[in-house]
Amino acid sequence: MEKPPSPPRLTRLWDPLFKGTTAALAYMVLILLVAVCLALLHQGALAFRTFGWHFLVSKAWDPANNHFGALIPIYGTLVSSLIAIVIAVPVSLGIALFITELAPRWLRQPVSAAIELLAAIPSIIFGMWGLFTFAPWFSGYEPWISDHLGSIPGVGALFRGPPFGIGMLTAGIILAIMIIPFIASIMREVFLLTPPLLKESAYGVGATTWEVLRNVVLPYTRTAVAGGIFLGLGRALGETMAVTFVIGNAHSISASLLNPGYSIAAALANEFTEAFSPLYKSSLIALGFILFIITFIILVLAKLLLLRLERAQGEST
Amino acid sequence: MDLRYLRRRFTNVFNLGMAVATTVLGLFWLLWILYTTARFGYHNLNLALFTQDTPAPGAPGGLRNAFVGSLIMIGVAIAVGTPAGVLAGTYLAEFAGRRRIGEIVRFFNDILLSAPSIVVGLFVYSVVVSVTGNFSGLSGGLALAIVLLPVVVRTTDEMLRLVPSTMREAAMALGSPYWRVVVQITYRAARSGILTGVLLGVARISGETAPLLFTALNNQFWSTNLSKPMANVPVTIFQFALSPYQGWQHLAWAGALVATFAVLGLSIFSRFLIRQRNS
Repeated sequence: MEKPPSPPRLTRLWDPLFKGTTAALAYMVLILLVAVCLALLHQGALAFRTFGWHFLVSKAWDPANNHFGALIPIYGTLVSSLIAIVIAVPVSLGIALFITELAPRWLRQPVSAAIELLAAIPSIIFGMWGLFTFAPWFSGYEPWISDHLGSIPGVGALFRGPPFGIGMLTAGIILAIMIIPFIASIMREVFLLTPPLLKESAYGVGATTWEVLRNVVLPYTRTAVAGGIFLGLGRALGETMAVTFVIGNAHSISASLLNPGYSIAAALANEFTEAFSPLYKSSLIALGFILFIITFIILVLAKLLLLRLERAQGEST
Repeated sequence: MDLRYLRRRFTNVFNLGMAVATTVLGLFWLLWILYTTARFGYHNLNLALFTQDTPAPGAPGGLRNAFVGSLIMIGVAIAVGTPAGVLAGTYLAEFAGRRRIGEIVRFFNDILLSAPSIVVGLFVYSVVVSVTGNFSGLSGGLALAIVLLPVVVRTTDEMLRLVPSTMREAAMALGSPYWRVVVQITYRAARSGILTGVLLGVARISGETAPLLFTALNNQFWSTNLSKPMANVPVTIFQFALSPYQGWQHLAWAGALVATFAVLGLSIFSRFLIRQRNS
């Protein structure tokens, strides 16, 4: 039998070239992440070298005397994001439950599209709305919060404070609104992955809609729901503009959530272009590095949890 | 027995009621925010917004330089981020498939997708602005490109994997080299899906403020020079909204209205494209 003619030389070159180019660009995604990490570490090195581990636990922030510590912005970032999660998780659960189990078929698509639109609104708009509309309205209710919740023993101190309207709690509420679409859409997607057979068996023995969610759907989708919550947390931690408008930008830690605070992202947005000394600038970049590491860990965890359901799903089909 | 039944019924009705209430709450927030933007922005919408540059405090003016600067930087981001993202997505879908390296790149691409955009701004500051010594429109465009890239990688990968492999096999059976199969067959089949991904990404970067703060900075004046600081809508809104001058605050609201509805319009349009495709 005759051998088929080999393709011309040029054509043989094109294939590896095409594959090589696409591969290089795919690896670039990985290189980019490593580069972000190294560049921030390099630029923040001056601050880490000057203050050592003390940087992480120091409350100092004194540009005039070149003394910096990360504790207050880290605290504010974590606390505002935790408030956001505490509010966003039950609300997202309700929305996902409504869309998957309660809404009539014609209403599902419009409602989930509208909730997802909330995620498309630029964060600076949330900031302006928060500062000029929500905060003045909310400050009218803060004396009530202070009077009623403030007298609860133990947690009361969290809610005793001045009715400024802006502060840690306001930032947390606005962050919650911003991350609800992310958490709700993941919950909705994974709820739909629950095998109908399981649900129908539960209904068959007389379970109510709520009991099916609690005892069948949630246990089945547990890890992915946790993944969605971590994804929302990752988003909240790095959110910049909305928080900068409403957190109050006060360099202090206080027990009360009604008091103004600070976050890493807000510190960067407010101070970076005005940082006059190299150590000041380096300290801010070091803050950015810490933010990057925290969100990286949270997001990796989120992805791993989400992958587990995907894998289980892949094996069963 | 009866009491327990009643309690179960009550819990069920109560929790389902809460589910309805939370959904209403979510929609209420959306409407409240849109209403606020529309109410404050509407009064300040006028032709001067698009024909005059950002004014000094107290003087009349518009946001022309900011709109143009934003468009230029979004253009740079599309020019850099789209080809890079489409090719990287091609590798994932066409060459890596289910192999380990593909899964690793997908994993970290999703991390990049959710990484804080202010960190991207700091990164571009560290590797471009601090090297060239000045803030520039180009570095702003690059920062936006890095935010856009993972969105494009992900949708390209997903859309290409939806193309039935029989189409590729048919083309290869005719003796076509693989690169031509990809460029002429699978890209064509996935074209509208990839375009949707790019549009969604553009909608996202159009409202991004944080990556521009330390890269493009801002510019009070008309400038189309990519190597100089460049005016842009989000940072201008940020500065004007927090300023004590009423004229500036009004401009900020007008800019916010235009930006919000442009971004929402773009994302509704791209969702509409997806649905057209699916039906």
